[in-house]
Amino acid sequence: MSQPSSPGHAMSPDNHDAMHEHQGSLRGYLTGFVLAAILTVIPFWLVMGNVIANKQLLILIILALAIVQIFVHIVYFLHLDTRSEAGWNMMAFIFTAVLVIIVLGASIWAMYNENMNMMPMSPQYQQQHPISHQPTGNQPQQ
Amino acid sequence: MNTTAIDTAHPAPSDYYSLTEAPPRNGTLLGFWIYLMSDCFIFASLFACYAVLGTEYAGGPSGADVLDLPGLAVNTALLLVSSVVFGFAMLEMQRQRKGAMLGWLAIAGLLAAAFVSLEIHEFLVMITDGAGPGRSAFLSSFFTLVATHGLHVTLGILWLVVLMVQTVKFGLNTDNVRRLRCLSMFWHFLDLVWVGVFSYVYLVGVLR
Repeated sequence: MSQPSSPGHAMSPDNHDAMHEHQGSLRGYLTGFVLAAILTVIPFWLVMGNVIANKQLLILIILALAIVQIFVHIVYFLHLDTRSEAGWNMMAFIFTAVLVIIVLGASIWAMYNENMNMMPMSPQYQQQHPISHQPTGNQPQQ
Repeated sequence: MNTTAIDTAHPAPSDYYSLTEAPPRNGTLLGFWIYLMSDCFIFASLFACYAVLGTEYAGGPSGADVLDLPGLAVNTALLLVSSVVFGFAMLEMQRQRKGAMLGWLAIAGLLAAAFVSLEIHEFLVMITDGAGPGRSAFLSSFFTLVATHGLHVTLGILWLVVLMVQTVKFGLNTDNVRRLRCLSMFWHFLDLVWVGVFSYVYLVGVLR
């Protein structure tokens, strides 16, 4: 292997333009694997072992660990750094990340508020207007 | 640049070609990266759907009722190991060791195939239990998101088989190396998306 040092930074100036640009090393892949495995085992353990009683806190921890693991994958497996493709990979990634955050955040925010602000439907109203809402019955849907 | 004798009447090539900023030599990889980023949007929209619809059970089963966490743990491990093994194949490719590379690729492909089979089995169990995609908005968004990912993995396996045949027949030439690099990005990208799936769809799904 021509690039024994740490992943993503293992470039000397002379091979910057070569095909061997951002490639991994064995150590990089193994580091990524160990980190990803740890970041996977923790949320599974938290959920399956009922470790934390507070659900909101548990969900936040799971999502935080997922975001950390996504960055582990990006750095150690996809070898994204500021130098690959003269920085265009990173630009495209940042652009995508911003738009994905907008899509996800805005959808959740808008639909949450819509649900909250819709006129609440009382059980009496549901019984008087059975067509507008299927009561949560026990017969399976056709 | 040996045409100066003919081109005297016309502007020199440097007037209308940019000679300083040549496109990157491996522009295919950048293009494929941009494809992957656009694929992110597909998954982002499906994640947004699931985020919005994930609690609309319509009187049907909830996430805690139908989602199988031990099976999920196996699937997650399969995909993660497959991703790392594909990385090993790329390292062998750099060393021009074709046989070793094909061996690692075969292992990565088999692990991914096991992943897809387990996922299909899980879907079939859910459907026979009356928790099919038509049951509720929660299940519709669940099946759409998870099956889209599974379809990506399936097509990745097909692509892998094609490239293995290509490599056996034509060797590790420039074209095949470039294609394998694209597939490698695709493979790692699908594992990255799976992190979102198992965390948000399954682990958060059983909690809410």
